[in-house]
Parts: sequence; C-alpha cells; structure tokens
Amino acid sequence: MGSHPITVTVNGAKERLNVQSNETLLQMLRERLALTGTKNGCSAGECGACTIVMNGEPVNSCMVLAVEADGAEIVTVEGLAKDGQLTLLQEAFAEHNAVQCGFCTPGVLISAHALLERNPHPTEEETKLALVGNLCRCTGYLRLVEAVQAAAEKAAPSVPMKGDA
Amino acid sequence: MYMPSPGLPEFDYVKPTSPAEASRILAERPEQARPFMGGTDLFVRMRDGLVRPETMVDVKHLPGMQAIRLDAEEVLTIGAATTLNQVAGHPVVQTRYPLLMEAANSVASYQLRNRATLGGNLCNASPAADTAPATLLLEGRVVLYGPSGERVLPAEEFFLGPGTTAIQPGEFMTAVRFPIPPAGSAGKYLKLGRNKAGDLAIAGVAVLGFPNGTTSGHSFRIGLASVGPVPLRARQAEQALAANPPGEESFMLAAEKAMDAAAPIDDVRASAEYREAMVRRLTFRALREVWAQMEEGK
Repeated sequence: MGSHPITVTVNGAKERLNVQSNETLLQMLRERLALTGTKNGCSAGECGACTIVMNGEPVNSCMVLAVEADGAEIVTVEGLAKDGQLTLLQEAFAEHNAVQCGFCTPGVLISAHALLERNPHPTEEETKLALVGNLCRCTGYLRLVEAVQAAAEKAAPSVPMKGDA
Repeated sequence: MYMPSPGLPEFDYVKPTSPAEASRILAERPEQARPFMGGTDLFVRMRDGLVRPETMVDVKHLPGMQAIRLDAEEVLTIGAATTLNQVAGHPVVQTRYPLLMEAANSVASYQLRNRATLGGNLCNASPAADTAPATLLLEGRVVLYGPSGERVLPAEEFFLGPGTTAIQPGEFMTAVRFPIPPAGSAGKYLKLGRNKAGDLAIAGVAVLGFPNGTTSGHSFRIGLASVGPVPLRARQAEQALAANPPGEESFMLAAEKAMDAAAPIDDVRASAEYREAMVRRLTFRALREVWAQMEEGK
C-alpha cells in the first residue's frame, strides 16, 4: 500500500501532496484540501454529486484515483466564483430557484458549467442530456434546465439586441 | 441501512511504462493483479466487495492505448483505453461507424463516459455492455497483449460468459480494430432501460443493414445485449432476412427468431419473459428504422 507524491492544480492553486494508492480524488479534495462543496452521494458513478472538472472535462471524482490526478488541472464548485463574484450560471440558479436541499447543486453546477464551456448555446434537449448523470432527489429538474438555458442566453445572447455593437 | 463508502479497499497502484512490463506484473500474480483503465465498473465491484485486487496495473498511459487511427488499409484502430466520449466524438467514428457512436453515447452519463473506456466496456464482459453488439456487428477484432506478444481475435470469440473473456493470465486488451463497414450500410441501436437515459440495458438490440448479393438483395446483422450470458448475434434471424425481401412481414419473422435466440434471465431490472417480448419488439423497430435509413440513402 504505497503513497505517491503528486502535483495537482486545484482551482488555480498548485498543490503538492502525498496520496495513498486507494485514495479517490473525491477523498483528496474533501479530506486533504477541505473542499467540501464536492459531495459523496452514491460512490458508484451514478448520482453525480461528486462531479468536478478534470483537464477541462467533467468526471465523477469518486471514480478517479487521486494518484491519477498527478499533473491535472481540477476545478471544483469552489473554483467557479471569482473574487466573491458568482458566475452567470450560479446567479441563474439563484434567480430561478434551482436549488432545493442543495446536495446535488455543486455537481449540477459543474456539469452545467462544463456543458456551456463546450456548447455555449445548448438546446433544452442537450441540457437535459448533459445532466443525465446528476440526480436531484428533490426532483427540481425543470428549474435546473430553466436556469442553465437562462444563463446561456445571458452569457451569449443568441439574437443580438438592437444597438449592440 | 446501506451507506455507500467513498473509500476503496487497499491495493497498490502501479503504472508500467511498457506493455511488456504490464504483462509481466499481471502474469506474476494473475489472481491478485488487475489491469485498470477507467475503473467505472471495477471500482463499483471493489466497493461491493466482489473483487479485491492487491495490485491495480494502470495500463491506460501505455503507447497507443488512447489513440484512434485509420491505417493504410482503412482499418480503424481504437486504443482500448479510449474513453467512450472520445470514441463517440471522433469524426471517423461519426461518419463511418455511426452505430458505434450511438452505442457509446448510450452508456451511463456524460461525465462517466469521460472515464469509461471502450476496452473496459468489452473486458468487463457484462452481457449488458452497450458497445458489445455494435462491436460484433461491425466485425470488431480485439487486440490482446500478453507474455507471448500480441494476438488478435474476433469479438465474437472474446466473450465466454458473464464477466468471462478469452483474456489469459498476463494479457490485457490494447485495442479494438474495425474493418471498413459494408458499402451502403445503416445501423441502429435501440436500448431499453428503466428510464430514458443513463440506465443499464434491460434489453438492447443493434441492427446493421446493407445491400449485397443475397436472395433478398440485402443483409442485416442483428446483435443482442442483456438477454443472454454473452452479447449475441441472432444468426437465424439474419438468415431469414437474407432469404426474404425486406418489409413488415420479414421483419416480424426475424423479430420472432431474434426472440428465440435470446436466453435471458430474471434479475432486478426485468423478468426473462419481459426481456424476450422486448427483444422481439426492439428487433422489429430497429429493422424498420434501419431499412428506412437505407431507402433514404439510395
């Protein structure tokens, strides 16, 4: 049972850590770096509460070994807002009441953030497909989809308004 | 009450730098060492206590394991550790092997497909593996690397039973090779889960159709998932379609024969009886959809 020295960038900060062979990325984020926004739900890659961005793509952090993150760039929900300023997506979640108990919210925000990065104007269907791996037990799916669509529209309006340069 | 544990049982993680080194570690302790790629099936089985490897051999960084390339003979080689999103997003897969793209996209969720690999989906040898029927129909050949070097075998000879494959001690899968698909081919994968997306298949039916010199002028290949100990080809159904002109009548006949080819079990997701009925229905629908695509493409 070895430990491995790794270097990983988490929300822009470089971290040097000694991780155990069987330590998951989820455990590393929560227990070593105290980034507890990322949640442990099912530990089986189904619920999406542990979703984070690794090298630009969302993954279930319960399904990644910490040692595999050596050299990787990680973004967790704590890394979305900059200088206390929420992202348009986070604001849209608040405006549309897309949060009920909040447990699934960090994972949903990360999945939606990654969706808008690769597809700034998703259709409603594309948004739903991107969120298949994020279960909300309060079943507030409608508002999640509305919030994502609204954030996409706000970030890059599909039809420019009159007077826009 | 069941409480999921975020932790994994203890093991050693090793990252070999050559296929030979990987094979040597696997061969030395075949019972204790396991090749490891995406881990999306393996971690679940480890957390459930079904398997307990002492050494996890991370083979996904070996040369070519995550590469997709078309060679001079137009054979498409997909590295075993290529993620399902990389497979589904590749332009050659999208244009020439849309059936494989559809199958890859039907697995679990977007974020899981960023970890789950084509090779892992096949090596796990679940009868429900979504990419297996497409791999069978597209005449995929799996490349295995082991103590005596490389060997290649047809996907159909790879699956031996639930969770059991032709992989020998010391071997691991390095790639899947696909020949040029038949000219004018069209494909469809219909997957029935407990919900529309994200679930494992209760039953899955893949169909690949193309014009050729049979009595009917067309060939259809039919692959079934989750309705037998291994992913299956429904050969008698295929023969019926080679002998009879395409249409509702022959599709119905083939659907009956596909149902006969299925040997499903009762499990937590569905009864055997329901699965049989669904194989018939899905086969009929998939044939009709593939035929419509072929008519359109003429």
